[in-house]
Parts: sequence; structure tokens; C-alpha cells
Amino acid sequence: MLVRVNVNGEWREADVWPGASLLSMLRDELGLRGTKNACEQGECGSCSVWLDGELVCSCLVLAAQADGRHVETVESLASEGGLHPVQQAFLDAGAVQCGFCTPGLVVAASDLLRREPEPPDEVIREALSGNLCRCTGYQKILDAVHLASGRMRDGAV
Amino acid sequence: MQTATRGPNLAQQAKDRVGTSAPRIDGVPKVLGSFAYGSDLWTEGMLFGATVRSPHPSARIRSIDTSAALALEGVRSVLTAQDLPAKRTYGLEFADQPVLAWDVVRYAGEPVAIVAADHPEQARLAAAAVRVDYQPLPAVTDMEAALRPDAPQVSELGNVLRHVHIVHGDPAAQADVWVEGYYEVGMQDQAPLGPEAGLAIPAADGGVDLYVSTQWLHVDRAQIAPCLGLPEEKVRLYCAGVGGAFGSREDLHMQIHACLLALATGRPVKMSYGREESFYGHVHRHPARIWARTGARRDGTLVNAQVRLVIDGGAYTSSSPAVILNASTFAAGPYEVPNALIDGTAVYTNNPPCGAMRGFGAVQVCFAYEGQMDKLAAALGMDPVELRVRNALHTGSVLPTGQVIRGSAPVREVIERCAALPMPPEVPPDDRDPVTLPGGAGNVGRGEHVRRGVGFALGYKNIAYSEGFDDSCEAEVRLERGARGPLATIHTAAVEVGQGLHTVLAQIARTELGVEDVVVVQPDTRVGSAGSTSASRQTVMAGGAVAAACATIRERLLERGAARAAETGTRWEGGLRLAEGRVLAGEAPVGEIAEFLDPPLEAREVFRHRQTTPLDEHGQGDPHVMFAFGAQRAVVEVDEDLGLARVVQLAAVQDVGRAMNPRGVEGQIEGGSAQGLGLALFEEVRLREGRIENASFTDYLVPTILDMPPVVSDVVEEPEPGAPFGAKGVGEGATIVATAAIVAALRNATGRELNRVPVTPDDLVGLVPPRTTGGPPPVPDVPGPRPVYEYRHHT
Repeated sequence: MLVRVNVNGEWREADVWPGASLLSMLRDELGLRGTKNACEQGECGSCSVWLDGELVCSCLVLAAQADGRHVETVESLASEGGLHPVQQAFLDAGAVQCGFCTPGLVVAASDLLRREPEPPDEVIREALSGNLCRCTGYQKILDAVHLASGRMRDGAV
Repeated sequence: MQTATRGPNLAQQAKDRVGTSAPRIDGVPKVLGSFAYGSDLWTEGMLFGATVRSPHPSARIRSIDTSAALALEGVRSVLTAQDLPAKRTYGLEFADQPVLAWDVVRYAGEPVAIVAADHPEQARLAAAAVRVDYQPLPAVTDMEAALRPDAPQVSELGNVLRHVHIVHGDPAAQADVWVEGYYEVGMQDQAPLGPEAGLAIPAADGGVDLYVSTQWLHVDRAQIAPCLGLPEEKVRLYCAGVGGAFGSREDLHMQIHACLLALATGRPVKMSYGREESFYGHVHRHPARIWARTGARRDGTLVNAQVRLVIDGGAYTSSSPAVILNASTFAAGPYEVPNALIDGTAVYTNNPPCGAMRGFGAVQVCFAYEGQMDKLAAALGMDPVELRVRNALHTGSVLPTGQVIRGSAPVREVIERCAALPMPPEVPPDDRDPVTLPGGAGNVGRGEHVRRGVGFALGYKNIAYSEGFDDSCEAEVRLERGARGPLATIHTAAVEVGQGLHTVLAQIARTELGVEDVVVVQPDTRVGSAGSTSASRQTVMAGGAVAAACATIRERLLERGAARAAETGTRWEGGLRLAEGRVLAGEAPVGEIAEFLDPPLEAREVFRHRQTTPLDEHGQGDPHVMFAFGAQRAVVEVDEDLGLARVVQLAAVQDVGRAMNPRGVEGQIEGGSAQGLGLALFEEVRLREGRIENASFTDYLVPTILDMPPVVSDVVEEPEPGAPFGAKGVGEGATIVATAAIVAALRNATGRELNRVPVTPDDLVGLVPPRTTGGPPPVPDVPGPRPVYEYRHHT
């Protein structure tokens, strides 16, 4: 079936099988492989994207459900001016190891900071509790969110 | 004129050198989402592979009917064991694992057939359409039952895979105080987020190019090529991005299957496992049962350690021989024990195969020997930390194998610094965000009956390979003129799995050559073997090889500098050196480094650590190269109404030799602790009659950011002789001790014995009593000390 989705500001079409997830459409049909597939059950957050501005696991959304709607992926974050402050903070805080969870976490952390610019630890923990990371033990992810929060507040980046 | 000599480099000025928290060289593509992991590989016209796996832990294959699968739309190939072109088995240490099962299957999840189709869904449907007629056979799925004489025989060699017997001093030596304990460790999964994945592309020369997420390209190739009937040079491996490994990628997964399908169809074939298949598609941490008796003098001095352990190797050999060696040699703990009797047995069962996972045998025994140390401290009325300090190993100590520790062993300092790290404040439950209470995230508790506990654990492990293995790593380094000055290019087969190895290799080149621009080529088989990225070995091994290649280049660079200085009549005192991007003769500048790079300089070096030896029939020898020690203190809270626990803080100190990249070391300590926390509290592959019951992230629980407490960490830097920059590996230490420390804290909070990990809520509230045992099984009557297949089989 033909599905038309606005992805990162551009309307894109793909011919997908009816059971295809939004994740599968993004990765396999549109070549946007920054959004990762690690569990396909909505447990790990590696496939986090925005659907009409709302954070979702793209593995739990049918491609057909996204028809006519707006999707933003990790690929939307950096600009010609450079990395998004959350991306830069993940690098500077050492929050990246294997990196497989990183795109999903960068998206989820950016979503949090859009809603709550200066979140305390407990709020960060709740907001990111749907994103598994197997490498870092999360300490530096927490540091990265605080770092990004401070820089965005100060307009440093 | 002076000649340039090999020696310590003085090019200290380079940015991001060894000892700094240099940024990751692969960081930017990883935050952008453009870093290509195995599952991201893509090429025009590729097919998608899928695997048919046995639902039975033990069965005879009566027949396989592929006709229905072949008739489906888009299906290009269906292969079974009868289509295998050459060698039919593979394995890391012993080739007993079928590429595709024939005649019988020995575990639930064993591959039986493979398919390739135009679309992943077509491949999945085709796999489901392959009809296999099985006759179920009796299975043995309990490790002790496997040792009974009437047990079904999993392997033609019998059910004993290897038995390690270590006799040290006088095992009959008397002690003032004895403590006894029995301990069980469940099966843990590595659960890397990146699935097993790769892309095989048939080549014009009849060979195949395989892009794959792995840990050791060359040993993969050594197993793949014979099964394809190809010479090794026609099987070229290129490492794809690796989304975490933790041991799970040491054994082959989809490699041979994708190559077979690519060669059968003449098309590129991609295989990428889903999460459920990933649980079946890689080995796990060995479940263990450990019986220990520990004797000490009244003053706390250890006298005797008697340990019997059994580990479940599952259906095939994998790396079980090395895991049981490790577990057995470390079973008495990082303590001086003058007398010991240790018997470790790895068995075959019809469970999924077990093999490498971070800690590699050291995790299981640490849980037991640290439990014993706490029991002993209680029996003696001694402080547990003081008891550990009193008995701690040090340089010169003799281990139960008779091995003398020659390298660095700052164990006392590790213990004392860990114990001195600041404790977390105690905040009353009423004053807290509910999310910080045990069960708080689920809004189930108000903290009415929360008890705090503190536990301490010490552990240790070998770095690099043991038992006389010829352990090596090759590196090629090229220094040339780049766009912004001298450019160093590093080429090794050493795989970056996320731990930061490639960043450390770049730091080494910057330090050794005084350059800023370094490129690390993605690993492949065009260069010599690097050995595996495992055993905490690559900082030492690949680091050593890169340092050696850089030293050779530096030597030649300085020779060119000396020639120039002589030509220009420069007079100097002292040697030539590199500083601030220049060649200096004494204090006199000879020229910029880039001026001496026409033609470019290239060097290839192989690094080997000192030779070790196998154990003799009494378990005596010099099996390990070097050791790294770690300590952790855990603070936990247990809600006694709910049986829920929360770790409040982990304080960790690790013996690292030299912190090559301090932030990277912290990352290893924090991430390693998280995996230890998972094993302590909830991570277990649950088996029923050999079948995995929880092959998903819904049912196999991996720690989330809500589960992980702050980790306060520090390192002890006492250089290891013979290791580049004195560095030891840092990947495993925290994983080894975190589990033991957390369970010690849970015992302290609850007063319960808690002798099995993961600890469950029922354990914490006493609904399930401690695990009991009728005593250890009889020591098996098999040849030793090598793996049994070495005596009974010669393939």
C-alpha cells in the first residue's frame, strides 16, 4: 500500500506491505537508518521519533497510521550550523559508547528539554526510562542532559 | 652524530594524547545516526536471509521438506545440512557445532535450515513454511543431572566438557574456623542493543566479502572458510559497526549462513536477527553452582579454600574450556590462601550453548568467594573490609595454581580507597521524590518499611588469553603528509565494540608520533589478526602493536632528521626527539615532521605478551599473563513489604595500571556495574525444559536509567610491567564485583542468606528459602587437565 508521510519537512512516499511499521518504512524504504531497531516491542526506545510532535516508538506505529502526518527523526536534529546541543552534550559528557541507543536517546532527551528546559535528575530518569542503554550505565547520559540543558538555557550553543 | 634510538618518546605536547579524556573518534557519526552498524548495511539487489530453528532441546530429524517454502513468492534459496558444501561444523576451540543440524538437534534454537528471499517478510514466511519432522528425544537440561551415569549423552564425548583440578599446599590443612556456602548463578544474556547482523556479497573470484558485526574477524574467517570450502584468502571480512558485544559476538552467528546463501544465489544476502532470535543466536553467561568451604585462623588469616563448581556449557563447546579454567583458577578469590582444593567441571546439556560474557567465569566465582568472606567475617566478628585487607593478594603472592604474581597487584590500595569513598546521604522516605523509593517508579511504595544495607566486594581477573595461547595483535601504521600537517593512519583488525578502543589507539599514535591528525581504518582481514576484542585485552594488545609500529616509524623519522641535521651541519648534544610537531636535535630544531615524510613512513609490528603455560594434572602452572583487581561498595534499600530493592549508590575502585582515557575508564566502570546490577537483581534467561521463556526485552529485564544509581569511582594507577604505558584492560572489573557487592548489601539489609542471583522479590521477603543442595556431585572420572575432546577426538 502507498503511504505518504512528511519526514523531516519533506513529503515522502513508499509502497509498503500493510503490516509494515513506521520504523521499517523509515529504515528500509526511505533509507533513514539513524532510527534503530533493537527490540521491535517498544521496550528499548532505540527507534524513538516524533509523530506530529509527539515522542513515539516508531516500531509500534504502523506506517499506514503515519499516512498524511509529520515525522521527525534523529536526522532532523543537526543543522548546517552544526550538531544539536543535545548531540554535542552527548559527545562532551562521554555518553556515547557503542552508540546504538544514542539516536533514540538523543531524540528522547531533546523531547524532554523541549517540554522541560531544566529537568532535575528524577525527571530525567523518568523521561528516559523507556530508552535502554547497555554500555554506559546511564551516568553520563544524565550528565549530558544536564549539560545540554545548561547550554541551551545560556544560549551557549 | 647521534643515532636515533628506540626509547621513550618525548612528544608530550600532542593534543588528545594518552592520559587525556580525548573525545571519541567515532562520536559524531554516532550522535548523528549515520554510523553504519551491521543491521544498517544495504546494497542494491540484496536478498534477506532467515533461519529455521529447532523448537526441541533434543530430537531426531526424521525429514525436512522445503518444497512449500521454495514455492512461496520471492524465495530464492532454501538450504539444509545436505546442501553444505564442505566442513559441516565450526567452533571457537573445538568444531562441534553444526552449521545446520543433521540427524539430531541438541538445543532449542539450533539452526536447521536457512532461506533467502527478496523481502524480509517473504524470508520470514518461507522459514515458517519449512516442514521439519522431529522425533523428540530425552533431553538433559540440568547441569548436575548431566553428570549422572544414566543421563542422556549430549556429546559423543560424554557430558563432561572439561574438568579442572587444582591442588595447592595441603588441602587437609586444619583451620580454627570454617564457613560453608552454596551459591547459584543464573544464565545472563549479554543483550547488546545492536542485533547480530551482516551482509555477504559473492565475489567475482568465487569467494565472498562479508561485512559483519563481530569481535574477532580472523577467527571468524578461520571457522567460515572451511565450511564454505574456500581458501581463507577468498573469504574477506570487513567489520561493520558493532552495537555492543560483551562476549556475545565471539562465536559465529549469521556469518556462515549468509555466505552460504550468497554463494548459492549469486546475490548479496543480508541477515539481521530480531531480538527474539538474538537470544537464541548467541551464547550466554554460564549458569553456575558452587560449593565452598573456607577455613581461617582466629585472627582472620585464610588457611584453606575448598571449592567445587559446575557450570552449564549447553549443547556445544564454544569457549567453555577457557571459562571453566578461569572460574577454577579464581575460585579462591584475590586472597592469599596457602592450601586449596578446587574442582571445576563444565558440562554439556541440552540447554542453549554458553560461552563468553564480560567477566568470563570470574563473575560466578566472585559471587561465591565474596559470600564466603562475609560469612567468615561474621563468624570471626571481624569487619568485612578489614578481613579482605588482611588476606589481599600482592605482587609476589602465590596463587592456588602456584603462579606467582609478578606484575602490579595494588589490592590493598584498591580495597582501602573504595571503602573510603563518600557514602550517600540518608534521606527519609517522606522527603523524597517517590521515584527514588524501591518500586517508586511503579508508584507502589511509600517507603514505610525500607531498610538500608551496605555491602562490599573485591574481585579479580586475568587480562588477555591464558594457558600458553599464542596471543598476538598486528598493527600497520602509516605517517604521511596530510592536508593539515602530518597524518597517521592506523590499520588493525582490532574491533571497536563501543568501549573506545579506536580512540585509545589514536591517542597512542598522537603520543608516540607527536601528531594531531590520526585516522583509524575500520578493521578487516587485509591486516593480520588482532585477536578478539575480549578478555579486557585490546588496550594491551592492539595498543602494544600500535605503540610498537609508531616507535618504528619514529625511529626512521629521527634517522631522517639526523641525516638532515648532519647535512646542514647542525651541532647538538643529547638525542633526537619529536616535540610540538617538529624534529629536534638536542634543543636545535631540524624541521617540521611533515618535511621528513617524502616518501611516507610505514611500519607493521606484531605485539605479543609474555608466554604463559597450561596447567598440569595438579592444576599447577603459570596460566595467566596479568591481573586486574576491582572493589565495589554497594548501598541498597529494600522495601520489606514489597520485596523490591533499589541500589542507592555504587562506589567503585579499579586497578587499571594507567588510565589511558579517564572518561572512557569511568564509562567502563559505570557500564560494567550496570551489567553486574542486572545480574544481581533481575537479569536471567529463564529456561523450561531447555526452551527460553523470556526471549524479549519485555520479559528479559535490562537495567534502565531508573534502576541505575550514581556510580562514584576512582582508579589506582600502578603500571603493569610489559604493558604499553603500563595499562591494564578495564572492561570487565566492574562487572565482576558489582553483583557480589549488591547482594552483600541486600543480605545486610534483610538478614537473609540470598545465595542465588538474580535475587527475586520472593527471596527478599523470604517466600522462597535459600537454595539447598545435597552436596556437590562426585568429581567426574575423565582425563585432565585439558578439555576432554583433546583426549578423545583429534579434529
